[in-house]
Amino acid sequence: MKVWQDRIHVFLKYKDLLYQLVSRDIKLKYRRSFLGYLWSVLNPLFVMAIMTIVFSAMFRGNIENYPVYLLTGKALFDFTMTATTQAMTSVTDNGALLKKTYVPKYIFTLSKVTSCMVDFLFSLGALIIVMLITRTPFHWTFFLFPLTCLQIYIFCCGLGFFLAQLNVFFRDIQYIYHAITTAWMYLTPIFYPIESLPAMVRLFVKAFNPLYYYVAQFRDVVYYGQVPGWRILLGGWLLAFLAIVLGVWFFKRNQDKFILYI
Amino acid sequence: MMGNGMGNEDYAIEVKDVTIRFNMATEKIDNLKEYVIKLIKKELIFQEFLAVKNVSVKIKKGEAWALIGANGSGKSTLLKAISGILKPYKGDILVRGEVAPLIELGAGFDSNLTARENIYLNGTVLGHSKKYMDEHFDEIVDFAELHDFLDTPIKNFSSGMTARLGFSVATLVEPDILICDEILSVGDYLFQKKCMERMDRMLRGKTTLLFVSHNIGTVRMLCDHAMWLDHGCARMSGEVNEVCDAYMKMM
Repeated sequence: MKVWQDRIHVFLKYKDLLYQLVSRDIKLKYRRSFLGYLWSVLNPLFVMAIMTIVFSAMFRGNIENYPVYLLTGKALFDFTMTATTQAMTSVTDNGALLKKTYVPKYIFTLSKVTSCMVDFLFSLGALIIVMLITRTPFHWTFFLFPLTCLQIYIFCCGLGFFLAQLNVFFRDIQYIYHAITTAWMYLTPIFYPIESLPAMVRLFVKAFNPLYYYVAQFRDVVYYGQVPGWRILLGGWLLAFLAIVLGVWFFKRNQDKFILYI
Repeated sequence: MMGNGMGNEDYAIEVKDVTIRFNMATEKIDNLKEYVIKLIKKELIFQEFLAVKNVSVKIKKGEAWALIGANGSGKSTLLKAISGILKPYKGDILVRGEVAPLIELGAGFDSNLTARENIYLNGTVLGHSKKYMDEHFDEIVDFAELHDFLDTPIKNFSSGMTARLGFSVATLVEPDILICDEILSVGDYLFQKKCMERMDRMLRGKTTLLFVSHNIGTVRMLCDHAMWLDHGCARMSGEVNEVCDAYMKMM
């Protein structure tokens, strides 16, 4: 009990630091660009326009309202990638500081995932614009999207903690992870329907790809206008829980050694 | 280890028989590729290295201690253990009160942020709340004398200006324990004088100082006690002039 009290006390002491770090990331991202916030909306719009032109011919008839289908998957995938990639270097990037003063190390990892989450929420503006242009009906289920966000946030924190501690010891993890994410992108039904995968691969994706669950949930509430099925929900929460437990365990086990390697 | 423990409340820091061990590969390996290659070739040798060996010291509240010794004698390592950055391998460290490290200029600052934003960032890095920083903001700016540059990104600052800002934020609190690892050599003469005055004021108050320097003159001026570390062992500790004299004789 005492240990947990101490931990909560430390977290509360540094919660303002978390806020400062997140707001720094957001400010620096948008401050010096002329278009500011518009960038985080325009960028997905451009990419979506290109991908729609390329892929909608390929899956003609299969997918109704392709732009929204694509964007729901892509927004979520992009968040996962940026959040985990930035979390990966969060400890090593702040090495100079961690050598000089005591700061809970997880604050830096947490702040990166959090600022990416804020960025993701900003970029949902693009989704809403596309939905308006394509006259997609808004369903009440749209407002369930924070539930998916919470799961994927927890999942990314877990994965981020794992990657961050690993990157302290092995800097080339970044390249390996980059290769993994490329495979991950193609194995996530972002721009194609899951049905178009061969049966074996489909089973594999459904069993092992966490993003499958989050993308499916997100599409259910935004695109199909239905409450996600219990299996998808349960799977999503379980994976988020598993990721955070493993991530924190690894991070905690190794964090006292960080100082020797950064 | 950072919490309040048993023992005599008069002491700000109690270091009890502390040994700090680094267990590292003989060659620094920081990537998986090399690690695997060395592992297969069986060249992966971990070597124990004791940076601090069985050091004990009790520091009373309000005292000013200097750690002296040659490079690599374990001074900074011991300071790191006291500030909670490193965990000792053996022994206990008891710290009563808040520790404020004087951060090397720059570390803790983001060069793209303005001075105003950096004050908040650096303050929260040191564990202060936003509210606390709001209350003391003017005081910090006054001391650093950077009124005209508050909204300038600090990448446009000179190193002296950055150091002034760093010092102002770090010493704002009159911390219980101030840890100072050779950074006072920055800034112009007037600012250095101001820093010394402020540290003097703190020392007259309740602040306990831990100071690492190679400048024996500064040590004698600022501190009342000293510990001489030699290859990780405490060679001598006690009154500042005695220890400094013995140290100088050896040099």
